[in-house]
Amino acid sequence: MDFTFTDEQCLFRDAARDFLRGEIKTQRIRESWNTDSGRDTALWRQLAEIGLTGVTVPEAHGGLGLDELDFVQLAQECGYVALPEPLVNCALVAVPLLVAVGDELAAHWLPKVAAGEARVIAGLAQDPLVEDAHVADLLLYGEGGNLYALQPDEYALVRSESVDPSRRLFRVTPNPGVAAVLDGAQAEPLLAAGFERGALGCAAQALGLAQRMLDMSVEYTAQREQFGRPIGSFQAVKHHLADVAVALEYARAPVYRAACSLARGDPRAPLHVAHAKLAACDAASLAATKSIQVHGAMGYTWEVDLHIFMKKAWALAGSWGDAASHKARIAEAVLDDGAPLGAGATF
Amino acid sequence: MQLDYTEEQQAFRAEARQWLAAHVPAEPLPSYDTEEGFQRHREWEAVLHRGRWTMVTWPGDLGGRGSSLVEWLIFEEEYYRAGAPKRVNMNGICLLGPTLMEYGSEAQKARILPKMASGEEIWAQAWSEPNAGSDMAAIRSRAARQGDTYVINGQKIWSTRAVWADWCFGMFRTDPDSQRHHGLTFILVPLDTPGVTVRPIPQLDGLPGFAEIFFDDVEVPVANRLGEEGAGWRVAMATAGFERGLMLRAPARFQETARRLVELYRENRASADRDPAIRDAVLRAYLDAEAYCLATYQTACRLDQGGKIGPESSTNKIFWSELDQAMCGTAMRILGARAELLPHAPAAAGVGTWLDDFLFAQSGPIYAGSNEIQRNIIAERMLGMPR
Repeated sequence: MDFTFTDEQCLFRDAARDFLRGEIKTQRIRESWNTDSGRDTALWRQLAEIGLTGVTVPEAHGGLGLDELDFVQLAQECGYVALPEPLVNCALVAVPLLVAVGDELAAHWLPKVAAGEARVIAGLAQDPLVEDAHVADLLLYGEGGNLYALQPDEYALVRSESVDPSRRLFRVTPNPGVAAVLDGAQAEPLLAAGFERGALGCAAQALGLAQRMLDMSVEYTAQREQFGRPIGSFQAVKHHLADVAVALEYARAPVYRAACSLARGDPRAPLHVAHAKLAACDAASLAATKSIQVHGAMGYTWEVDLHIFMKKAWALAGSWGDAASHKARIAEAVLDDGAPLGAGATF
Repeated sequence: MQLDYTEEQQAFRAEARQWLAAHVPAEPLPSYDTEEGFQRHREWEAVLHRGRWTMVTWPGDLGGRGSSLVEWLIFEEEYYRAGAPKRVNMNGICLLGPTLMEYGSEAQKARILPKMASGEEIWAQAWSEPNAGSDMAAIRSRAARQGDTYVINGQKIWSTRAVWADWCFGMFRTDPDSQRHHGLTFILVPLDTPGVTVRPIPQLDGLPGFAEIFFDDVEVPVANRLGEEGAGWRVAMATAGFERGLMLRAPARFQETARRLVELYRENRASADRDPAIRDAVLRAYLDAEAYCLATYQTACRLDQGGKIGPESSTNKIFWSELDQAMCGTAMRILGARAELLPHAPAAAGVGTWLDDFLFAQSGPIYAGSNEIQRNIIAERMLGMPR
């Protein structure tokens, strides 16, 4: 039993953290809102330079060949800065899908992903819309139980605007006559595994978002004075943020366990992912509610950066399976007779 | 990260399971808040001691096994799975024991720990006073130094297990001119010392689970002091405190409650589903008990590898106490009109121990540092918010 990350995993996380916190200032995010694509190809190449786009690409294709467990803390860091680039989707969902499909498709695209020359995006149809489909050089699209590998001239997009100006969401319609790369029984396990990875990616980002909102709120309430004192010295304010800290503390371990279960092929991984997604998104939603409260009217403005993180947290709560669908998965696993429950049943 | 048990850990679990199967009393013991029950629980501690299971993390010469924290978690899982008796000496083993190991003299350790481990001496805590509850630095009970003796005068309250316990430990003001957390000294007092009066206080269930302790010119030797004179606050709040918090309530306890809650829901599904919030609360109970287990394993692994526990551990007391309250509250809602019935009432079929569990769960957010105080600690020491 070892519930810790390796030194190597933590060093990689720290390097990613330094880079992301240094480069992804909120001003850069705000500037991206005013561009056509909302995405920044130069930044994508920078991410490739420090190895982030190729984290999960097999070494034979120029990547680092790492797994869900190696990536999960990086996804947290992406959440912390509300990274607009589709790194989590690409590295955690699309690349493993490509690897599973294999053949020339994988051989062609994986080196380009590792080199930062291409973005491969997965949209697996649990959600009606696909984020970042407009910047996909290759779109792995699941529909009707089939998996399509679509290049930009093979589908039509209709954008639906999100409350979060960083999110670019599209309805995808493959052109008539485009053939699936896998269908039926072959596609099903890949689509299912891809969905779990997508939900894990959301959960990990939600942890980062919750931590960011908590940090911002601690900082703001230490500076803002009322009644001649920083408002952070008042118990009512402290207890709001302590509640966020508690929720976050008990969301992390489920997310890490889910990553470990996926990486090791544990048959209970879907249950673990559902728990992770619910716990992390609940923590992020609580962080949003408490953070806007302690920011007062400032938190309700466009100028103050808090909304960048709140809106992403709200959006992720409904993405890659909403709370109801994950709860239904848990109910199925837990409420039926014979489910392993109680002391000693966790691992 | 490797989330499965090693062969040694599996063997440890098997040994614990086998031993418990052979030794756990077939019938539940009477409540340890009755005279007979207390005695029976004391005897159970001796049985545990003979099996070297009192506290598996303690070193071998104190009757432990020098186990890792992960092994301790495994033992606790088997203990709760087996439905073994409650631990009557929890205040000794979990609260005083680790403090003694850190601050006690060799003579103190040799005198106290073996008898604590065997259940021969049961310990009560004597922290709170009528005007020093959450504000523990307001302690007024005095210990005046006279040569090699402290003369104690004052009053302690909410002393769990004190009615039939043998000893108590607490903080007393040795410097009469001192303020707040200065001038306090950690002292151990035999409860049969002349001048000590213990007045039982019935709890919600009507049984005297805690007591007031009055001290009238109670003389104890200076050798009963733990740590330096005037250093009581530091001794009581030492880093060991965080670890004590970790070990006070094993996740297994709440996972068993969550399991029973799921079973109660299954048995009463038709009526429970009239309120969809109940099903949601049952799922939440399962998930939160699971989260508490996962987070505790994570901390245990980190500490087993030489890591240090920090103020983030204050989150655990809030989490388990509010989880317990929510779980027991949900059980009461499922039981509906039967929820209020005492277990022996003629119409109380199928109510199990939920009423007792529910009553006790109300104390969780209050004892061992109220959850308001815990939230202050999290805000100030973990998040760094201004005082």
